[in-house]
Amino acid sequence: MTRTAHAYIAGAYELPERYYPDKTLAQLQGEAALGALADAGLGIEDVDGFFCGPDAPGTGPLSIADYLNLNLRHFDTTNTSGSSYTVHVAHAAQAIAAGKCNVALITLAGRPRAEGRAKGALARTDNPHQPDFQWEQPYGLAVLNVYAMAARRHMYEYGTTAEQLAWVKVAASHHAQHNPHALLRELVTVEEVVNSPLVCDPLHRLDCCVVTDGGGALIVTRPEIAKSLKRPLVRLIGSAATTQGQNGGYMDITTSGAVRTGPAALAEAEVAIGDIKYASVYDSFTITVLMQLEDLGFCAKGQGGAFVADGGLISGVGKLAVNTDGGGLCNNHPSNRGGMTKVIEAVRQLRGEAHPAVQVPGCDLALVNAIGGQLAVRHAPATLILEREA
Amino acid sequence: MKIATRTPGDPEPMPDTQAFWDAAKDGKFLVRRCTACGKAHWYPRDICPLCHSTQTVWEQGSGQGSIYAFSVMRKADPPFVMAYVTLAEGPTMMTNIVECESDDLAIGQAVELVFVPSKNDWPVPCFRPVAP
Repeated sequence: MTRTAHAYIAGAYELPERYYPDKTLAQLQGEAALGALADAGLGIEDVDGFFCGPDAPGTGPLSIADYLNLNLRHFDTTNTSGSSYTVHVAHAAQAIAAGKCNVALITLAGRPRAEGRAKGALARTDNPHQPDFQWEQPYGLAVLNVYAMAARRHMYEYGTTAEQLAWVKVAASHHAQHNPHALLRELVTVEEVVNSPLVCDPLHRLDCCVVTDGGGALIVTRPEIAKSLKRPLVRLIGSAATTQGQNGGYMDITTSGAVRTGPAALAEAEVAIGDIKYASVYDSFTITVLMQLEDLGFCAKGQGGAFVADGGLISGVGKLAVNTDGGGLCNNHPSNRGGMTKVIEAVRQLRGEAHPAVQVPGCDLALVNAIGGQLAVRHAPATLILEREA
Repeated sequence: MKIATRTPGDPEPMPDTQAFWDAAKDGKFLVRRCTACGKAHWYPRDICPLCHSTQTVWEQGSGQGSIYAFSVMRKADPPFVMAYVTLAEGPTMMTNIVECESDDLAIGQAVELVFVPSKNDWPVPCFRPVAP
């Protein structure tokens, strides 16, 4: 293909553990950064752009940039919750294209388990000055109960069943069994998912992602530098992001903003959805995956249930290999923010470095989609199209 | 499951919404309507989110609506029903369904307003099934 890409993902690293009681947040940010740089074959002195989310302790990039003693000429601390790091990849590519940096470091690290905060059912403690706060906080809004509303409404409109949702978790467990670092490596069945306790009807415990300590980092760099390194070439050829809220009270909570970002990113990449060989799709809950697959265009709206059923997402078995590391449902969801690990597994697939049992043969085109925030309330989806350069 | 009434969190009124919460203390449920585009919206703002006119006004809401979506938060103690209710005036609002049997709830079901006092006694607009 002849299209030009401004940026390549030259380094990707996922912290190996899922529980870090004896390491600080700064250590984890630093170890993730060094891991990604080593993977790329670059040194920390090469980094001139730094991208992080609010998981990096301190004001914006300041404390971690100082801790690592970075020499920066560009930084970005866009926070859209779980999709932040997916957005950062696109922003890093834009900064590189604009000549603002050459080697961008993106980090994520957190230790919610070690800190006792690994509870997705906790009510939010947002800022009362958010204009939505007084209209939502009194009702006990938690991530779990609003995603459950999306699932209920999707079932109502499209006949989606609990068994179909369960297949998303079953596929994740099929992949996770091959990942020695995954938090949950046990195979589960549809029956086990639908017979697990209802935590928030209609979602069962096994419809929910894990929350883990850990994190990861990415190195995004310009073409000349990427081509001077020894790693397989993975380039960003399309990206899009948006925000979606409640539209003044006239909303459809069964459709995510990925209905706009998917087609926009594919158009920029000049590829069709049918060309995608592998997809990393945010899996905070089983319903999250199902809705994104529809909205991105992998199947028609309302057909997500049939698409995921009967092993539809299992690598080598189904229609589309999704989240071959075991995803947030089984492997890793560091600091409740899944966008980073979604990009890392897509890079593994494109490099041919996924586990052999889940590696997609000839994987040269991948899609990453993250959902930041809450699908049924307000969220910021971000889509990336990544390509392996021969 | 019989749903016990959960005590809502305190709403923390702001200068642009004090009138709503003061009216609630008088047992009145207000809805914000834009006189430029004619539509009611939720949550209430001075600037219409639909046409961005600043010509918005409070009006007495009917307190009638139907369930757009709901979930049963069993993980909480006591369990409660999180919901979106579509108001008769048009927009859909986040709320809790109270005074109900969760197994009997359904999308599309008619519900009516009931104020439930928060910890510091702000009347928080919730909904209950309309008696058949």
